[in-house]
Amino acid sequence: MTNRVLIKGVEAVALGALEGGCDCYFGYPITPQNEIPEIMSVELPKRGGAFVQAESETSAINMVLGASAVGKRAMTSSSSPGISLMSEGFSYLIALELPCVIVNVMRGGPGLGGIEASQGDYFQAVKAPGHGDGRFLVLAPASCQEAYELTAKAFELADRYRNPVMILMDAILGQMKESTVLKKLNIKSITKDDWALTGAKGREARIIKSLFLDSAELAERNLKLKKKYEQMEKEVRFESILDGNEEVLVCAFGSMGRIAKESVLKLREKGYRVGYFRPITLFPFPKKALSSIFEKNNSLKQILVLELNCGQMVEDVMISVCGKAEVISKFYPPSVLPFPEDIEREIKKCLRKVYFVSPKV
Amino acid sequence: MLKESLFRFPKSLKRTNFHYCPGCHHSLVHRILCEVIDELNLRERTIGIASIGCACFIYNYIDVDMVEAPHGRSCSAGTGIKRARPDLIVFTYQGDGDFAAIGLGDSLHAASRSERITAIMINNTVYGMTGGQASPTTVIGQKTTTTPFGRKPEEQGYPLKVVEILSNFEGVAYAARVAVNNPKRVMETKKAITKAFLAQLEDKGFAYVEVLSACPINWKMDPVSATKYVDKLTEIFPLGVFRETF
Repeated sequence: MTNRVLIKGVEAVALGALEGGCDCYFGYPITPQNEIPEIMSVELPKRGGAFVQAESETSAINMVLGASAVGKRAMTSSSSPGISLMSEGFSYLIALELPCVIVNVMRGGPGLGGIEASQGDYFQAVKAPGHGDGRFLVLAPASCQEAYELTAKAFELADRYRNPVMILMDAILGQMKESTVLKKLNIKSITKDDWALTGAKGREARIIKSLFLDSAELAERNLKLKKKYEQMEKEVRFESILDGNEEVLVCAFGSMGRIAKESVLKLREKGYRVGYFRPITLFPFPKKALSSIFEKNNSLKQILVLELNCGQMVEDVMISVCGKAEVISKFYPPSVLPFPEDIEREIKKCLRKVYFVSPKV
Repeated sequence: MLKESLFRFPKSLKRTNFHYCPGCHHSLVHRILCEVIDELNLRERTIGIASIGCACFIYNYIDVDMVEAPHGRSCSAGTGIKRARPDLIVFTYQGDGDFAAIGLGDSLHAASRSERITAIMINNTVYGMTGGQASPTTVIGQKTTTTPFGRKPEEQGYPLKVVEILSNFEGVAYAARVAVNNPKRVMETKKAITKAFLAQLEDKGFAYVEVLSACPINWKMDPVSATKYVDKLTEIFPLGVFRETF
């Protein structure tokens, strides 16, 4: 029997975490993600896990650090301002190579901003989650089903790379209810016997630290982490709609991806030559996949990048496309949510420009 | 009876040289901590948390599994460990800047939640590692690099008395202030640290031991004068067991 339920995106995250084997949850209340701690406070104790509502986000992330150091699957969730508070902890988790899952249900910023949909934390998540040279593996779901599945998978990925994994989503996806199938997912458990702190019984004592005063040792450490990020390239995921005849490619992630997809599908039905590309891993960014689309398709002249911020992902798109096409950034600051018709208009503008430059029809 | 050895090197103490300055009390407290871990037979199930300060290198000296926590966050990291693995024994080792300035929120809330962890705070009234700046426990009139004319109540307020605060917390099973500047006090410190581990072993609640310690370099004193000066500090920070619920 299919276990199909009607749930919110944040509920899907909580249920996905339980499916992914989450043992411990630590967090601090903030809108729009409070359903996650509320569900965890009931479900984790039932399963022998631990739930603590911390006195701040800084404490919560360091509780995650402790639980992860002793080999448990630990997570926290928050929204933009709370994520900023956790930054120092993020940097330590990366440096200490401690796996964990962090969910950011983004709200509008900067500052207190608002609680409406935003993708304003793209740079923070993808480029610099904390000080130093560290990175997260970042997954951006676009539906409740995907939020459920990616959150579960995030625990396996975190353990595999011994690195934090962030689920980056926004208030629309978090608070929207959708039909979701609570599938049994084959989430692998990865041994931590070789590094976790369990008490020095029958072995040498272990030290998990990030202080390396010897500069050569520190450089080596950074290069080791860098190598790990390169290995994460294996995990690149994206969704695309392409048949090789497109003239314009629309690129968007998360909720914005959903809106853009609808516009693209409608225009394609009418015969417009427009394609769709939605990165699911934001780090590593699907650079090679995006670049190869332009190598294979000579008619493709433009890429329209849509975001619910003032233009952030567009920079990664520019690096990926690397002069092979014109990159057009159309951005919507927090709380300004476009309708599919608005996006159709933007796509048509691009197409007109393509025809003007190289009339083919 | 006569054949019993009176001096033993603690098993949990690594045989290496300390990096601490001459006259610093960290090494003494490390040794006492190791003796307690050995006597309670906890070495194979203990996780220590190294904080930010001179003693961030504690993992070079104490032979148990250790993790480093960001500045001030040891009690939160300890909470995470203990909640995830209640069968493990967790201790934090922090300075007054770590525990009582940047980490005061983490420390007090862990105590209030009655986390079953043992917190040791080394109170030397200054930020030792960064070069002797004022800390929350700097005493009135004390000259530091950031209070060059001495701590003035009207400018920097008053020294923070942590054990007195914690003694009012229902979640705290044991809270004591000790010193190690004479043999009698060394024995008392060992007793206090033992009790602070027993609070955890017997599932009684949060346990806290504050150790008044000398920092000769930043106090601009020779080791002997610094050790004597700790006696003066006890007039401001009185020694004793402030809370004991078991």
